[in-house]
Amino acid sequence: MLNSNLYGNQMTVKDLMEALDLTLFNSETSLDREIKGGYVSDLLSDVMGFAKEGEVWVTLQTHKNVAAIASLKELACVIIVKGGKFDDDTLRHAEEEGIPMLGTKLETFEIVGKIYQLLNAKP
Amino acid sequence: MTPGNIIEQARIKGLDIVGITDHNSTLHGELTSYYSTQRDVFVLCGAEVTTKEEVHCLAFFENFSKLKIFQSYIDKNLPDIPNSPDFFGDQVQIDKDLNIIYEEPRLLTSALNVNIEEVVLKVHELDGIFIPAHIDKSKNSILSQLGFIPFDLQYEALELSKFGDVDKIKKEHPYLQNCTFLRSSDAHFLEDIGTSFSIFEMETRSFEEIKMALKQQNNRKVILV
Repeated sequence: MLNSNLYGNQMTVKDLMEALDLTLFNSETSLDREIKGGYVSDLLSDVMGFAKEGEVWVTLQTHKNVAAIASLKELACVIIVKGGKFDDDTLRHAEEEGIPMLGTKLETFEIVGKIYQLLNAKP
Repeated sequence: MTPGNIIEQARIKGLDIVGITDHNSTLHGELTSYYSTQRDVFVLCGAEVTTKEEVHCLAFFENFSKLKIFQSYIDKNLPDIPNSPDFFGDQVQIDKDLNIIYEEPRLLTSALNVNIEEVVLKVHELDGIFIPAHIDKSKNSILSQLGFIPFDLQYEALELSKFGDVDKIKKEHPYLQNCTFLRSSDAHFLEDIGTSFSIFEMETRSFEEIKMALKQQNNRKVILV
């Protein structure tokens, strides 16, 4: 089967969560979404302009516009870094839109390095 | 830039109203007002706060007691990151005789620990004016940080930088069609004061009148130049 991402491995949001011990802040929906790549930015205007469908978005922004933009761009999921917490209305909005909202204690550099490795790991 | 020479420069440039908005600080508002009454310039006291999302926003208050309450709100929510005077400059407060009476040890360009909605709530609880700053800029503006302006955000007006194109913004963000826009100089140096300005059509210079003009109430309005 042909991979739909540019990387070596097929992964779902659930695979990523389990591999990296990510916290899930909302219900277990849409966890079967495939991760097609990633985008890292804290400028929401930049994400609006350049993130692509199916990507995992790593950020430290917590504002409710994060959920709106993740939904608009059809991103696979959002990961907040450094043990951060999304605002309550961000989680409410993400719940309505069915976007998995995840968290890690790691800093952006570390978590992104791990995601990149997972997507590119040789079998 | 000192409160005295800011007002002197405003008078030379023919400005009727100036807003005093240091980054995350209101401390020079009162002294600037003191000079302004001698020079017939109306001073709007406030601050340019940086929200948690790193959005720069202007907040203005009607009197010194409300300004003081807002200052304690800033103090409570400013992170404990020390200033490096060699790099960022000295963060001092002076008095009439140019004596340094206070030095802020924490870095004032830091982002506060509160989100933009929380800041709006606080400003409006104190009957203040809330204006997202230089919204056309690609850094530290509500549009750069949040992608679009949250539809339920309560603000009196939106500020454009010197070269901000209001037609372009309205085209890219059609939901802003009926908002009040104003343009100001965002002067960080004396010579920049008055390089951009807006015209307020109103009865007299007062906080309430300015608020009405920003809200386009009772035939008051703001005209972009």
